[in-house]
Amino acid sequence: MTWIFENWDKFLELTAVHLRLAVVPVLIGLVISIPLGWVASRSRVASAVLLPLSNILYTIPSLAMIVIMPALIGSKILDEINVVIPLAIYTVALLIRGISDALRAVPGHVVAAATAMGFRPLRRFITVEFPLAVPVTIAGLRVAMVSNISMVSIGALVGLGGYGQLFIEGYQSNQDKVWAGLIATIVLALIADTLLQVAGRVLTPWVRAGR
Amino acid sequence: MIEFRAVTKRFEDGTIAVDELDLVVEAGTITVFVGPSGCGKTTSLRMVNRMIDSTSGTILVDGKDVMSVDPPTLRLGIGYVIQQAGLFPHRTVLDNVATVPLLSGWDRKRARTRAAELLETVGLDSGFAKRYPAQLSGGQQQRVGVARALAADPPVLLMDEPFSAVDPIVREGLQDELLRLQGELGKTIVFVTHDIDEALKLGDRVAVFREGGHLAQYAKPAELLSAPANDFVASFAGRDRGYRTLTFLRADVPVREVTTATLGSTVTSNGWVLAVDENRRPVGWLSPVDGATEVTADKLISGGSLYDGSSLRAALDAALSSPSALGVTVDPDGAVVGVVQADDVLKALATARAAGEVPS
Repeated sequence: MTWIFENWDKFLELTAVHLRLAVVPVLIGLVISIPLGWVASRSRVASAVLLPLSNILYTIPSLAMIVIMPALIGSKILDEINVVIPLAIYTVALLIRGISDALRAVPGHVVAAATAMGFRPLRRFITVEFPLAVPVTIAGLRVAMVSNISMVSIGALVGLGGYGQLFIEGYQSNQDKVWAGLIATIVLALIADTLLQVAGRVLTPWVRAGR
Repeated sequence: MIEFRAVTKRFEDGTIAVDELDLVVEAGTITVFVGPSGCGKTTSLRMVNRMIDSTSGTILVDGKDVMSVDPPTLRLGIGYVIQQAGLFPHRTVLDNVATVPLLSGWDRKRARTRAAELLETVGLDSGFAKRYPAQLSGGQQQRVGVARALAADPPVLLMDEPFSAVDPIVREGLQDELLRLQGELGKTIVFVTHDIDEALKLGDRVAVFREGGHLAQYAKPAELLSAPANDFVASFAGRDRGYRTLTFLRADVPVREVTTATLGSTVTSNGWVLAVDENRRPVGWLSPVDGATEVTADKLISGGSLYDGSSLRAALDAALSSPSALGVTVDPDGAVVGVVQADDVLKALATARAAGEVPS
């Protein structure tokens, strides 16, 4: 732990990289899983393909996915995208089922009322259907966020930054660095989770009103 | 005015939901579509705002073919109330009501002001504005549903079994409220229900549908009861339709005097005594006793329905449901004015019949 205070600048730099590598994939994953979740909620065929596929993708070991990336997409070995894409895929895998189920659970009379009032489909989705799926989406985001913050460390094995570097360096020389990385990861995950939880409460006051 | 001209709806599997429907809904009136499930009443309603498109025929709303308008635009001008209200759970009551004005391009402030007015119109105080639908009872949600449909002041209102998911007492209140609102607003309303009593109560005219999407009869409620077009209508209108016909008859029934006494007083009478409160509102009956007796709450037998001068049905029911066989008659403030007897109601009916006032 003392390592953190003795190397504060280095620590902040690692934190920034770690955070970037964890958050960017969550955002990308969210943007992708909303339309995919919608498609899965509307079509049985799409849901029969997308949901098992997302499960399979989730079972691919992260290290394997990271090392295979340069060969797949032609990126450089040390490009951050090699971590971002796999983590985005995991995020999609975690979110898509929940979003699809939540959209399906929007009561038929609510959708019918919206249509009958003159909503066009896109506006209806943005202002009525998706907002009702937000609680489930936030729950999925919290899992994806925490799991990404943990998994980013794997990137250190292929030379990408984040707290994972502390594990590799500490393994060779300094137990204190390992503890510093471990604790920093947990604290970061807790902070991110709390922020998302608060965001969820602010965005969905109606959920508590029903109880 | 809404006009159905030879409208047919055939679903993809070949079922005919509505068969050559010809019907005119007069402007400013309530027309009720009633019938058993699968009779095409809801399909007919939903073709008006193109939630369902007809297979053939024409539907005109105020002279304009609905097929010539893009559905979302058409719907902005047609209010819609659905069973279970269909309120948006994530929006406050006020924002739910402001939905259509906002969709129609009003600014937020004007839309909310209008929404607040409408909540008052449907009898919800301003305390409800900031609540969410889940915090409301079923009856309150349905009031919000009505307010939401009225928000942009559409000339036409479609109501799809709006009150069928609430309990009977609340439903009756909502029906009365709708009639009161309609008295003020004069909308062109199409109301779908499977409940014949609701249809007869609310409709200026009632369209009875039967299986296969056929219109069995389209008539005023009294005519439907007294002159059903066929056996289907006769049986659908129910066995006690003779009795229910009385709902639509107003005739003078002699109101007789009754001995009344306030609670706590002492009364001497050898007949039934009606106990009243300080405002002369009825509280119960005291059965006949010999000699003087004190009127106390524990001796009272609760009364039947009250007759307010509205219809022969109310008069007869008051008499039949009263423990003394005397129907308590009240003025608009609820104060006792006298009693009516079943015999007198039947005599009044006979007189009305002789005078040709009762269709037969």
